[in-house]
Amino acid sequence: MAAGPAGPVPPGGDDAAMGGAPAGGVDAAARRVRGRPVLGRLIRNAAVLAGGAVVVFWIFAALEWRVITPYDPFAVGPAHPLASPSRVHWLGTDDLGRDVLSRVLAGAAPGLTIAPAATLLSLLGGTTIGLVAGFHRGLVDDVLMRLVDAVMSLPVIIPATVVLALVGRSTTNVILAIAVLFSPLVARTVRSAVLVEREREYVDAARLRGDRSLYIMFFEILPNVTSPLIVEGTVRLGYAVFTAGTLSFLQLGIQPPSPDWGLTVAVERAFVQIAPWTVLAPALALASLIIGVNLAADGVRRALAE
Amino acid sequence: MARFLLRRLGLVLPALWLVSVLIFALAEIVPGDVARTILGPYATPDQAAALRHQLGADRPVPVRYAAWLGSFVIGRWGDSMVLHRPVRPFVLARLGNSLTLAAIALVCVVPISLGLGVVAGLNEDRPVDTAISLIGLSLTAIPEFVSGVIVLVVFGVQLGWFPIIAQPPPGAGPVERIHDLLLPSIPLMLVLFGYIARMARAGMVEVMASDYIRTAVLKGLPLRYVIVRHALRNALLPTITVIGSQVGWLVGGLVVVETLFTYPGLGKLIYDSAVGHDVPVLEATALLVAAIFMLSNLTADLLVAMLNPRVRYSD
Repeated sequence: MAAGPAGPVPPGGDDAAMGGAPAGGVDAAARRVRGRPVLGRLIRNAAVLAGGAVVVFWIFAALEWRVITPYDPFAVGPAHPLASPSRVHWLGTDDLGRDVLSRVLAGAAPGLTIAPAATLLSLLGGTTIGLVAGFHRGLVDDVLMRLVDAVMSLPVIIPATVVLALVGRSTTNVILAIAVLFSPLVARTVRSAVLVEREREYVDAARLRGDRSLYIMFFEILPNVTSPLIVEGTVRLGYAVFTAGTLSFLQLGIQPPSPDWGLTVAVERAFVQIAPWTVLAPALALASLIIGVNLAADGVRRALAE
Repeated sequence: MARFLLRRLGLVLPALWLVSVLIFALAEIVPGDVARTILGPYATPDQAAALRHQLGADRPVPVRYAAWLGSFVIGRWGDSMVLHRPVRPFVLARLGNSLTLAAIALVCVVPISLGLGVVAGLNEDRPVDTAISLIGLSLTAIPEFVSGVIVLVVFGVQLGWFPIIAQPPPGAGPVERIHDLLLPSIPLMLVLFGYIARMARAGMVEVMASDYIRTAVLKGLPLRYVIVRHALRNALLPTITVIGSQVGWLVGGLVVVETLFTYPGLGKLIYDSAVGHDVPVLEATALLVAAIFMLSNLTADLLVAMLNPRVRYSD
């Protein structure tokens, strides 16, 4: 088993073992330790729904924050800096007197742009590499797998920090860094699915028909590996939100006065003792989004596995 | 066993060398000039050129790499370009700080997560399992700075149990040091918890469904005896490998946690030196991190080999 570190580096093949391991034999030990699974399954379904609802809410906030924010998230209010939560400002104000609730609502946008963009790029890159490596095997495959091993073993934050700090901090660079670090992981998943598919009869048929290998890869095999690809995408998205948030907390991406959650926590950290709401609100918002994404991903994984 | 160790060590050294090349190359392509960094914007081009020559920065890249590697190996790690101090003593002091923090986190999290993972595995698909798995899954997914800020506000600001800046005074005793470091170690533990528990659970589920456990149960052994004597040893083997790789991952979390709690450790140093373009410090720190990472993986593999004869004798 490839031992991936926690966080942005994916759990390896233990996904299957984590959830619905087949009930298997009716042996005594299993029967003794297994109860009725109904209640557990119900909790899971409720959790998946709740997670999906949270994600939908934040996507809505990211798209429509201009409409739903009670104040302009960028408007400074010198008269009332660091005001505690009240009926006027539900979540209080920050050091520049900006409304915290408005900034939290608007702060969903940067993360929800970076993470999906990086995920999509890593899916594109990883799928291409994985298809080629799995289909052709040989040298490409060997090189790719060594690369994957190397990336799997990296604490992603460290190479990302070093590269972004040295090369330049910007939203685009954050997206590219996450995409580059994640695509070998996507490639690994696609490759292992392709290894199974390439032995199927329809691939032989396509070959005999005289289809070119590019056509076979993208139009014959790709449609048959979409479900592992979708699962990989949802898992990767969760880690992308994690990584993007962390990088913006380290101030390596988007810069002030953006209301981005990670950035806000870093900037308002100085006022934690007198105005804890300024850091607590964006932190809890990011936590809810990440848990939501992961619960929803768990649901997608289960649905596709059945 | 000795051959196993030698083979694994033989893989670590080339990998470290590769890391050193990568870091050197990266530092090379960074815009900016050593002499300019030191002398500031008002130095004349002649002065800058003279200093570059004096530092050896005008030599070809391979020559400089060889010189840098040579002096690094014999322990001359150069001077920090920002702090104007020799790199080695304070990098090693920072390493000590980080290891203390990581050790506290590991000592607390490993028994808890193993225990709960085993409990979840024994109660597969029951509410207990679902709760542990879901909570673990959620905690693992939350970035360290988020959980860090939450515990900071709750335990540091509201309850006032812990300092909000983790810098134990120089003369602090061990108890005080550990007390001051508990808060920053919590986010590290939360991220590790879900992952270790998940591996322990998966291992337990798999082993409990195996034939030899059925045999043990059917021959009438008490269930507790079956679990402790028969199941745990095999169930936890993959988890040990994971814990080894977690130590490397911890270093990534340290960057975040040490920044949040302004703790003078290796993680904050790698961040500061990268942001400040302090190349000698960055090179030393990154190589140390890579070495720690590989050594912890190696230790985990050795542990597995010691516990599992099949691994030990397979080659």
